[in-house]
Amino acid sequence: MSELINRSAVELRDLLDNGEISAVDVLDAHLARVEAVEASVNAFITITDDVARAQAQAADQRIKNGTAGPMTGIPVGLKDILCTTDAPTTAGSKLLEGYRSPYDATVVKMLREQDALFIGKANTDEFAMGSSTEHSAYQFTSNPWKLDHVPGGSSGGSAAAVSAQEVSVSLGSDTGGSIRQPAGFCGVVGLKPTYGRVSRFGLIAFASSLDQIGPFARSVEDAALLLGAISGKDPNDATSVDTAIPDYRATLGGDLTGVRVGVAEEYQIDGMDSRVEESVKQAIGELEKLGAEIVPISLPHTEHALATYYIIAPAEASANLARFDGVKYGMSLAQDNLLDTYLQTRGKGFGPEVKRRIMLGTYALSSGYYDAYYVQAQKVRTLIKRDFDEAFQNVDVIAAPTSPTVSFQRGARSADPMQMYLSDVFTIPANMAGIPGIAVPCGFADGLPVSLQFMGRAFDEATVLRVAHAYEQNTEWHTSNPPLDAQISTAS
Amino acid sequence: MQFETIIGLEVHAQLLTESKMFCRCSAGYASADPNTHVCPVCLGLPGALPVINHGAVQATIMTGLALTCSIPEYSKFDRKNYIYPDLMKGYQISQYDLPLCGGGVLPLVIDGKRKDIGITRVHLEEDTARLVHRTANGETYSLVDVNRSGVPLMEIVSEPDMRSPEEARAYLMALRQILRYIGVSTANMEEGAFRCDANVSQRTLDGSVIGPKVEIKNMNSFRSVERALAFEVERQRKALRDGEALVQETRGWVEDQGITVSQRTKEFAHDYRYFPEPDLPPLVLDRAEVDGIQSRMAELPTARRDRFIEQYGLNEREAELLTVEREVADFFEVTVDGDSDRAREASNWITGEIFALMRDSGLELEDVKISPEQIRELIELVGEDTINNRTAKEVLVAVHETGKSPREIVEERGLAQVSDEAQLLAVVRSVVDEHPDAVTDYQNGKKAAIGFLIGQVMRQMRGTANPGVARSLLEQTLAERVTS
Repeated sequence: MSELINRSAVELRDLLDNGEISAVDVLDAHLARVEAVEASVNAFITITDDVARAQAQAADQRIKNGTAGPMTGIPVGLKDILCTTDAPTTAGSKLLEGYRSPYDATVVKMLREQDALFIGKANTDEFAMGSSTEHSAYQFTSNPWKLDHVPGGSSGGSAAAVSAQEVSVSLGSDTGGSIRQPAGFCGVVGLKPTYGRVSRFGLIAFASSLDQIGPFARSVEDAALLLGAISGKDPNDATSVDTAIPDYRATLGGDLTGVRVGVAEEYQIDGMDSRVEESVKQAIGELEKLGAEIVPISLPHTEHALATYYIIAPAEASANLARFDGVKYGMSLAQDNLLDTYLQTRGKGFGPEVKRRIMLGTYALSSGYYDAYYVQAQKVRTLIKRDFDEAFQNVDVIAAPTSPTVSFQRGARSADPMQMYLSDVFTIPANMAGIPGIAVPCGFADGLPVSLQFMGRAFDEATVLRVAHAYEQNTEWHTSNPPLDAQISTAS
Repeated sequence: MQFETIIGLEVHAQLLTESKMFCRCSAGYASADPNTHVCPVCLGLPGALPVINHGAVQATIMTGLALTCSIPEYSKFDRKNYIYPDLMKGYQISQYDLPLCGGGVLPLVIDGKRKDIGITRVHLEEDTARLVHRTANGETYSLVDVNRSGVPLMEIVSEPDMRSPEEARAYLMALRQILRYIGVSTANMEEGAFRCDANVSQRTLDGSVIGPKVEIKNMNSFRSVERALAFEVERQRKALRDGEALVQETRGWVEDQGITVSQRTKEFAHDYRYFPEPDLPPLVLDRAEVDGIQSRMAELPTARRDRFIEQYGLNEREAELLTVEREVADFFEVTVDGDSDRAREASNWITGEIFALMRDSGLELEDVKISPEQIRELIELVGEDTINNRTAKEVLVAVHETGKSPREIVEERGLAQVSDEAQLLAVVRSVVDEHPDAVTDYQNGKKAAIGFLIGQVMRQMRGTANPGVARSLLEQTLAERVTS
């Protein structure tokens, strides 16, 4: 049964529905894999095998009764920033160590109702702030392709768990690239849906106007499967949108004839890894071969996206994180007076990156600075959005690198936050505009995956998935797995 | 130096919605155990998100319309950031630069003259949790009751148009009356559903001296608002006269000492770092919806008073008395039931007997066990001469005490008026026989003596004699006695 970890979610779906395997078989295979590799990968903060075991049994019953859903019996990893009732939810922070949410996030509830198998809560940069998962207060997660390299972030645990075949698929959250960048670093598919496509209820907020939950998978089709299971208007999230949800899997297939793919000059920047540039160039050539028309476009405000992001996201975060005061839940370092309780709890509970962003955001919103920073950033954000609106008048998708570099060694960028922030320079614009973006493998550089990004019109995930799928199905990049066993046996 | 007082008021009124501002928890927590009306949203738990209660938006717009405020096409919520244990998220969802209602007016009548108080804005926000401070074994501690957290709270900001504590009080009374009329708030100050902060300053009439603005908090009744403002006016005037430093600050009213004390000076003012609430889409206010709210709005007290004068021929004082509370005005109109001829009697009964009953028993109108239909029946019983006015008053008390209808009581107690001449004549004759002095007085020209004799007839008849018939029979009998 160990070969079950090599199966995609859609293959498992067929095998389960045909009765060739049971959900318990699927679970056992994946828990065995977790047992074998997790000590090296450290993708999970909490393993929830007991939860998954009960779900597997319920899933088998469900399949027998003919009431299985698309995700029934499929092993899933959940970023540990999604609230769950039956496991702690830490957001990667000491401040929430052991915190137990009394409610499930909407996406968790949706998967739970189908009896998907919750394998564990995946590691994340503290409150999703980071690009390497090194800012987790709990552990370093390794990149399965090179264990001394970072998996990207902030959803590094979710990306690594899928890459290491500990789960079939996983959920992460993407505020400025936190799904696409780690997907790229770990050589898997990662999709940030349109803002409003997936409910944020129960996602511990980093930057509310940018956060979006989305899937990781080892194939575009699996990502489409999971996206379909979590999409939709949620009465508990006023920013979720009531719009038709296509059958994403059904829209996949066919070549790219008539598809117009935009390539923006602004997505070639100084300091970019030339191997990434080369891979992306080849990928675009491949798209052309598949019938796509390559259209040069301009997104002139792209260069301001990073700076804009580092005003808006910290500003929102400074308010979102105000509730963690040591009085109501989570870590509490109670002192003789209230102010000292706040200062001690927040001073010791938050890590340096979180504090840095709270300070940045507080400053940007302060009286006397608000207009120069926050208001100005919102104006630029509108311009970035307009860039995309104009571009999508002429093209169906935009192709770009996911990140300017491949994964880097642990610690290599820790000393320089600006270098770390640059990791997200190509992913941030989609968050600013609220549009969907997908990362798919498009090559290797010294054994580390390179990733191609497709961005699309708001709520047009179907086109983004279809183009990514056509590219994937005509290339081999997604078929190789990381040499994890070899690395582990060398280490031991 | 001759000073003028400048007062502006900020009123917070809890809205009477069923659920809270941003979650489905019940907003009616008054008699609930602490922390029983709570959920992840109003507790501010990680990951929880707010969803707008449109009932609260509509109630706020209705308030704005009642105050003739402009209603914009576009409004939004903002986060007001500050940290305090009663604020579950570390920020309050409020409205900053685009409130639901813009400028308006609240007309007052002061010393018989109309004075318009400008309304700056009306906006919507969420209430905070309630802190309870306790001491046990010499240690102080605080408890948090989250039931109040997230209850819809409307803030009504006035222009600095009031010139005395009395005007401030009149404004508050009028505002409360309107909120109660349109049914958006109980506006009960003692229960905290209606709270007031005041900004007060002094300036000389020639404008040569302008004192700093002082904000007064902690006033828990209309009386304390008036007292606190009166104290503050004197404090500020004395300081200005004596050349003492007066600073812009927030002061708290200390009820039992009758003074205000400094709480926070300008240097320590909060920077609330307002920014648009990203969890909530902006509000687009459809004209048709605003018109719909306008059409559903109850008639306002001033309009209703004027109509009562016009439609029912009441005098100003009666109309005023009948429209102070919407419940009373409604009671009056149900009693009248479209028949203006009944208005005079209805007004007399309500402002006379019903008000007296309420005053004596300390009951609110809704607790008095008399219905408008019963008053109507009473008026009919008098009108058809079944009972006289005196008996009617007795019947009214019996209705309140027993809950029975006036007709039932009249029947049961045999209170129906006696108009039968033969029956009455016997009584009249016996009264005349028993009171020769009064008869002599009458015959000597003291016609008023007949009143005494009618009273005696009534006494013998336990009030049921038809006074008109009794009078004419008496006159007849007395005339006969002279001739005989």
